[in-house]
Amino acid sequence: MTTSALDTSPPATQTKSRKRGLKIGWFLVSPSVLLLLLWMVVPLAMTLYFSTIRYNLLYPDEESFVGLENFEYFLTDPGFMPGALNTLTLVGSVLLISVVFGVLISALLEACEFWGRGIVRVMLISPFFIMPTVSALLWKNLIFHPVSGILAAVWKFFGAQPVDWLAQHPLFSIIMIVSWQWLPFAILLLMTAMQSLDQEQKEAARLEGAGPIAIFWHLTLPHLARPIAVVVMIETIFLLSIFAEIFTTTSGGPGFESTNLAYLIYNQALLQFDVGMASAGGLIAVVIANIAALVLIRLIGKSLTDKQ
Amino acid sequence: MLTLKQKRSLQSLLVGCAAWLIAGLIFFPIFWMVLTSFKTELAAFATPPQFIFTPTLENYLHINDRSDYFSYAWNSVLISFAATALCMLVAVPAAYSMAFFETKRTKGTLLWMLSTKMLPPVGVLMPIYLICKSLGMLDSRLALIVIYTLINLPIVIWMVYTYFKDIPVDILEAARLDGATTLQEISRVLLPIARGGLASTMLLSLILCWNEAFWSLNLTSSAAAPLTALVASYSSPEGLFWAKLSAVSTLACAPILILGWISQKQLVRGLSFGAVK
Repeated sequence: MTTSALDTSPPATQTKSRKRGLKIGWFLVSPSVLLLLLWMVVPLAMTLYFSTIRYNLLYPDEESFVGLENFEYFLTDPGFMPGALNTLTLVGSVLLISVVFGVLISALLEACEFWGRGIVRVMLISPFFIMPTVSALLWKNLIFHPVSGILAAVWKFFGAQPVDWLAQHPLFSIIMIVSWQWLPFAILLLMTAMQSLDQEQKEAARLEGAGPIAIFWHLTLPHLARPIAVVVMIETIFLLSIFAEIFTTTSGGPGFESTNLAYLIYNQALLQFDVGMASAGGLIAVVIANIAALVLIRLIGKSLTDKQ
Repeated sequence: MLTLKQKRSLQSLLVGCAAWLIAGLIFFPIFWMVLTSFKTELAAFATPPQFIFTPTLENYLHINDRSDYFSYAWNSVLISFAATALCMLVAVPAAYSMAFFETKRTKGTLLWMLSTKMLPPVGVLMPIYLICKSLGMLDSRLALIVIYTLINLPIVIWMVYTYFKDIPVDILEAARLDGATTLQEISRVLLPIARGGLASTMLLSLILCWNEAFWSLNLTSSAAAPLTALVASYSSPEGLFWAKLSAVSTLACAPILILGWISQKQLVRGLSFGAVK
């Protein structure tokens, strides 16, 4: 778009102002690039260094090079396997819930006009704006509590034994809390995307005799491919490092049942002061995130910049 | 047999009922939190949960009793606004040059910036913690301001970039041919046109800073702790203060919730890195 607009202006001024622009251009971008580079390189280099030494804040005089020992300890830590599996389960389930229900709910909202649609929309997206510590404690105390929580009351109403959700099904409970925060994000994006769907096309399909399910399957869903990809990418970034929700509800327990990698590393770092091992864990988390990112950027990066 | 009009209104009724039911379920926890904030501690803990009760303002009037609410709120305000301002200061020039003077490297640079968001915070927790410790910046607002600026920078650049992209380059060209300097071009022409977009970018940045809960929990304890940390302090098992927790939470979330409601359309764009408009 930029180049085609520039092509129409006289060639002489174009090159002159473009040259000036390019010079200024780099000057203006460089602070951002430099800051982000510093933010990435310095801490990562330090993490890399720490991961190869024995370094515990409780025993400051025992620093020595240990090679890959920290990685070995972290990977064989009893918390590692459950942590990795829980991270995958958490990310996978929340993604599935938010994409499937996000598509269905936003399709429902856009199906036809109804009374109070604006209010319904606002109610549906609200949880996304609630801070993580609030939503975690809100669910822990007011919803999940085995005696005074809302769910306990519902269970009792139906004559069932109330469940201590966070103690008996810790990971499931955390998936519920996190989904409650991120489903609205999917609804918000997908709803907006649906509004840009060509209504005439839909009307034409309807006149041709296509049922609502056929329209949804052949028109709406393909139109949503890109926004769904965006939802998956952004949610993955945030879901891989879920922390506050676990910190304020289960503290990763009981045992390692609701520990994810982020919480496990925090545990090594700031509770056991083992800088070396926490750094090794941090690097492993970075590698995992990078594999996910690489796949996602491949899949999505192209479509993100394509239509710019 | 129903006429087409009757069929339509029946459909509207059914869809409406289903939508209200789902919205009610999803919104219920927030509604319940606000309701609980007007209960006494005893009523908040009652079984079965009380929907009808005598409301009290006690929790709001004594919001400072358990901990100094206003100092936490002030930290949140200060940190969010400072980080947002700093972020805009760095991001706007970068977005300007990338939007209007595109080179072969621009797309790569943009994607690289996005990729820095993929760096999980735990990966750099130890170094950042130790750097802050050695600089005496643990529990300091400055540390959080700098960190929030950096973590939101990619999103803010992307968002401003997509807004700038919508502005026809001819307008800027015209100003330039009339002899405007780059600074004049930006301050007199570009910024007034992009005012709305910049405002919603700042809003998004404010929301993200306000709700950030990894660095605030790990790097602050009391002096610089924002509201996210105050709320987290209610998770300690000594004594249950559900009504007070609800009041604090309601106050902490209300401003952001209202901002979010007002700007939902514009936020979509920033949250999707310009992919959904």
